[in-house]
Amino acid sequence: MSSKQRILILFAHPSPHRSEVNRPMFVASKSLAHVTAVDLYREYPTFCIDIDREQQRLREHDVLIFHFPLYWYSTPSLLKEWQDLVLEYGFAYGHEGKALAGKQFMCALSASGPEKAYHADGYNHFTIRELLQPLEQMADFVGMTYLPPFTLFGARSAVEDKRLSRHIAQWTALLNGLGDRAWHGHNWDDVITINAWVTQHMEERI
Amino acid sequence: MTSILVQAFIYLCAAVLMVPLAKRLGLGSVLGYLIAGVVIGPLAGWVGQETATIQHFAEFGVVMMLFLVGLELEPRMLWDMRHRLLGLGGLQMAATTAVLASIAMILGLMWSEALTVGVIFSLSSTAIVLQTFNEKGLAKTEGGRAAFSVLLLQDIAVIPVLALIPLLALPELQVAAELVNDVAQHHDELSLVAHLPAWATALVVLVTVGALIAAGHYLSRPLFRFVAESGLHEVFTAAALMLVIGIAALMSLIGLSPALGTFLAGVVLANSEFRHELEADIEPFKGLLLGLFFITVGAGIQFGVLAADWPSIVGLTLALMLVKMTILWVLSTAFHVHASNRWLFALSLAQAGEFGFVLVGFSVAQHVIPVDLAQKLSLVVALSMFLTPLLFIVFERVIQPRYQRRDDETEADEIDEQGTVIIAGIGRFGQIINRLLIANGVTTVVLDFRALQVDRLRSVNVKSYYGDASRMDLLETAGIREANALVVAIDDQARAVELVQRVKHTYPHVYILARAYDRRHLYELNHAGADHVISETYLSALQMGGDVLARLGYHPFRVEQLKRQFRSAEHAYFEELFQTWRGEGDISGFSDHYKQLFMKMDSELIHAMQIDRADQHSRSERGWTPPPKSYLKEMGG
Repeated sequence: MSSKQRILILFAHPSPHRSEVNRPMFVASKSLAHVTAVDLYREYPTFCIDIDREQQRLREHDVLIFHFPLYWYSTPSLLKEWQDLVLEYGFAYGHEGKALAGKQFMCALSASGPEKAYHADGYNHFTIRELLQPLEQMADFVGMTYLPPFTLFGARSAVEDKRLSRHIAQWTALLNGLGDRAWHGHNWDDVITINAWVTQHMEERI
Repeated sequence: MTSILVQAFIYLCAAVLMVPLAKRLGLGSVLGYLIAGVVIGPLAGWVGQETATIQHFAEFGVVMMLFLVGLELEPRMLWDMRHRLLGLGGLQMAATTAVLASIAMILGLMWSEALTVGVIFSLSSTAIVLQTFNEKGLAKTEGGRAAFSVLLLQDIAVIPVLALIPLLALPELQVAAELVNDVAQHHDELSLVAHLPAWATALVVLVTVGALIAAGHYLSRPLFRFVAESGLHEVFTAAALMLVIGIAALMSLIGLSPALGTFLAGVVLANSEFRHELEADIEPFKGLLLGLFFITVGAGIQFGVLAADWPSIVGLTLALMLVKMTILWVLSTAFHVHASNRWLFALSLAQAGEFGFVLVGFSVAQHVIPVDLAQKLSLVVALSMFLTPLLFIVFERVIQPRYQRRDDETEADEIDEQGTVIIAGIGRFGQIINRLLIANGVTTVVLDFRALQVDRLRSVNVKSYYGDASRMDLLETAGIREANALVVAIDDQARAVELVQRVKHTYPHVYILARAYDRRHLYELNHAGADHVISETYLSALQMGGDVLARLGYHPFRVEQLKRQFRSAEHAYFEELFQTWRGEGDISGFSDHYKQLFMKMDSELIHAMQIDRADQHSRSERGWTPPPKSYLKEMGG
């Protein structure tokens, strides 16, 4: 099969006008042909999610990415609402709920704390992958392959530290790699974030 | 009487044929008028002697134009531009006069003649330049603003110039004039200040200007409100004309420039609620008079004199424009006018202006320059005015494209900036919209044709304007061309529909949001081209319906879901109902077919809600629906 994997990005940011990291990432992702990037808060400002439409979107894509700033160790609320409404019994799980089986799932997020804080010895006590376990289990429950999160730590100072352009370059490289199935067959069990892998395998693209 | 009609017909005919043609060829309207003038004057000889008389009359177009310019310029803005006005404008006049006078002396003129020539040529044409700026949308650019400051200063400077020229009078010309028994008396028939001593004149001038500003502030509003409440549009037009003509007359009487006076009056009224209505009313008069003025410039070109001495006159004209351009170019550097704006500034003001004609005539009358020189000067003035539209074309076609790319890049950051929103109708509905927008820093222009309502709002600091929003000319002065959105919230249903139709036809890019009275009005507005229509009672009724349900014990979150379901059911049927209404073209009432459709929609709504009550899945509760209790067995749990 020569065609690319189709990627669906659900971008959830309740105050995009303040965004320094995620909005530029969102803009960059929109320019890729194999990517559908959806601004969830723009489409559903009153939280009235169109379930049929969202399920149809899922059917049309091979990779699902939740793209968000980390809020209290989880997603912003609209993305949770999206899970509650769209991943229905009979669609995503249950006897006949096989619509998502075989697809891939990944989180792309920004966290304000530094990487060392997300560690058993750090003030957040857990790694980012551990904190996102509900989403990992969600993916597993509906039969999706879980990829470790693509994370930007210390996001509040990324612009000042001039780390943003590299992060965005990695982000587009990752999206292209996902489109080409470049991760195929990789074992992610002990990997906390996918960033190192992107750096290692896609340096020539960046 | 017959000859007047014939003359008027010739002028109008020339304008009607030539101006659209010139515009189509991309030459702009000013050049069109000038060519029309040349055709009917020197070429065909249909008009002749009277052009000079008509020109004095047509100069009133300039007066009206300055009134309109003043209306656009709030006192604050005028104050903000004082440095440019005095610095840029003053330096332009001083430098140009000095350089041109030196050249004239080198060419062999006496110092007094040379100085007069320098002053005459240092002025530029307010009429051509502002008209072209408006036409090409250049008035708000950096270069356009700088040019405007210079033009304004020149218009003000004409007054002292008129006072100083007689001091330069040549004795030998005076003697000659006494012999010829001078009849070319240009200035001035009536005057209140002619026989007063200088200090008394100054006092009269100060008092009059002060009185004018005070009257503009305190008297104009009650007067306009009185007229507006009569509801007679033509009387308002008459009042606007009366104002402009009255001020012009008053200024002439005390020896000030009428253009300056009306400009001041315009500035005073710039904050008034009647501003847009005044603009819309004066605009057509100004347009016609200015057109007439340009025609007379064209018609007044004396081909005889030109043919006799064309190399020197053409040469002088080109040299003049080159000198003026160079000086403007140098000044623009000092005043930080850059890139394409610098070109615009230098090219637009390179001509001599209509005040040049006045000053030439005046100087001859005052025996400052001889008649044969005056004829040449007038030709140079006319020719340079003739060439100006060509310079604008050069700017547009050659210079602007070069800077376009760079300009685009620098403006890329400002995409987020919102444009203005025009709100037509500031009753209970429009007010809420306006408050929300204002609170978020959106610029709004609020229009209402009830003078009392506008007054009431102004008293609580809501900036609003008197005017009938269903008039296109008024919307244009309110800025519909550049507006992002138009909110139609006027009570008269038919007028609202008409308004939507017209705006959508002329300015399809303007997003129109309209308030509908009822279902039929909603369809009509949709049909007329409104982009977004809301029934005025729908949302509040739905809200209250929900409140009733909540009062009856429904869980508040459930109430929200039910309201949402109600709306989406309505929404699903909207297109079908609308098309049915449209297909039937029934304006008196709804057809049976429509009514049946409506009842079908209602019964489906009830059905949907009843399923819900029977504890089955429905759309409204589809989200958050738990899986069946047996599902754990499937999972092997």
